[in-house]
Amino acid sequence: MKIVVLVKQVPDTETNIKVGDKTINETGVKWIISPYDEFAIEEGIRIREKNGGEVVAVSVGPDRVVEALRTAYAMGVDRAVQIKSDDYNTFDSAYTSEVLASFAKAENADLVIGGRQSIDSDSSQVAIQIAERMSAAHIAMALKLEFDGNTIKATKEIDGGTANVETSTPAVVTAQKGLNEPRYPSLKGIMTAKKKPIETKTPADLGVTAGKIEVVSLEPPPPRIAGRKLEAADAAGFASQLVKALREEAKVI
Amino acid sequence: MSNVLIVGETKDGELKKISKELTSAGRKIADALGGKVIALVIDDKAEALSGELKAVGADIIVNAKASDFNPEGFANIVSAVAKEKSAAVILMPHTPQGKDYSPRVAIKCNAGIIADTVGLSVDGGKVVGKKPIYSGKAYGNFKLTSDVQIFTVRPNSQEVVEKAGEGAVEASAEGFGDVKVKTVSTDASGGSKVQLTEASIIVSGGRGIKGPENWPILQDLADTLGAALGASRATVDAGWIPHSHQVGQTGKTVSPNCYIACGISGAIQHLAGMGSSKYIVAINKDGDAPIFKVATYGVVADLFEVVPALTAEFKKVLG
Repeated sequence: MKIVVLVKQVPDTETNIKVGDKTINETGVKWIISPYDEFAIEEGIRIREKNGGEVVAVSVGPDRVVEALRTAYAMGVDRAVQIKSDDYNTFDSAYTSEVLASFAKAENADLVIGGRQSIDSDSSQVAIQIAERMSAAHIAMALKLEFDGNTIKATKEIDGGTANVETSTPAVVTAQKGLNEPRYPSLKGIMTAKKKPIETKTPADLGVTAGKIEVVSLEPPPPRIAGRKLEAADAAGFASQLVKALREEAKVI
Repeated sequence: MSNVLIVGETKDGELKKISKELTSAGRKIADALGGKVIALVIDDKAEALSGELKAVGADIIVNAKASDFNPEGFANIVSAVAKEKSAAVILMPHTPQGKDYSPRVAIKCNAGIIADTVGLSVDGGKVVGKKPIYSGKAYGNFKLTSDVQIFTVRPNSQEVVEKAGEGAVEASAEGFGDVKVKTVSTDASGGSKVQLTEASIIVSGGRGIKGPENWPILQDLADTLGAALGASRATVDAGWIPHSHQVGQTGKTVSPNCYIACGISGAIQHLAGMGSSKYIVAINKDGDAPIFKVATYGVVADLFEVVPALTAEFKKVLG
């Protein structure tokens, strides 16, 4: 089975974000693999371990994404590909999916796996757009995957519960927390990953030239309503003050 | 003419609030661009819901039949109706269902999409979508360069405005078509009574509740307020409550009118999931907990005393 794993590099949640006019200031930003994509890498490796085949990690972005691809190598993928884009607009899902679908088609992928969303844009778009572009099935928010030849049996999270679904390859899957527990790369894995080749392509190589989103501006979050700590002698006092504040000041209850 | 298509969402034959939020948001855009608001509802019982959508601005209400949800099927119907009605703008809910079919709609309409928007405005004939980015640590304003402009909209982010539209009702013959994924069975037992992502009030518990046996204290308050029950990652990881209740980076993103955090310290990953709540109440014994930095109302006290007192007080005033 040929498995393509989508890896997005994003700023660490703990990183301070400084907003520029149309991009963030990347100085001092710590970059990580988007957490849900780690579940995707792990699942890709586990499927190969069980069913054989090849796992290819792919990431779109400038040269810093090579670090994310090395981590994927250290976890156990077979090949890693950077789709080099120095001015990559991380919020343009239609552009990203066009590039990645073109790549996955060229690879004859049976399965494409990504995280259920990336934590920089939280759009939940790219993977399922790829499915549409490949005329493939998709399973979003996967919690469990089983393969039997070309047949996929999966459990996915739905609104207020879970569903058991069935489909066949080619398919696109998005990983939800709970699908697996990603492994930590071993020291040996990290050392050998440093020497492995990173293949490079450009969006133009894949026939993609223009995006569909224009960034108008970025801005800091709106200021929060100024808060205050309530003062009271006992629990009943706190309760009556809080009820009053929520009903009369905030008017939300 | 720039028609705006909104896609409603139903549960158990009833309209979800997000459907009205989208219709009102669509009304504003259609008025600015000069077009009609078309509300599409995909549900066997859709016809009975038309009046509610007319009241908040729908000019044409299109009902399509479906007895259950299928993402490919929904995408087929939405994109077919969008083409029939020459929609220039499409608004879909940023809910678990919306996230499952909206990506396919974007590709079928050869369009770009801005997902998880919390603000929509019109500038120079184009819609500008505002959305939180980088876990709410910044906001971005974006426009689409494609002919059809598509947005998903975060629940609770748009005001519902009573302003009647023309309200013509049409039945659509569009169906699911060929779908590649078959649903074998569903299990709805893991969810909360009120859906977290759409709740207007959330009562949420963290490590401070000390153990799973104490959820009833929070559930009692939640039931009194008609609120959903949320949880921090620590409580989920400890096995005290299913992951479906988790709010935060690796859980759900919520933006209720009121978020009541009980015994939650407020790690940045938690704030990423609830920081856009309008009002935040923090109840925590530790006055230095980071949750107090974002709290509108802070109560530095023992939740085991304050929460039951709060429930009792609300029962009194809400009757």
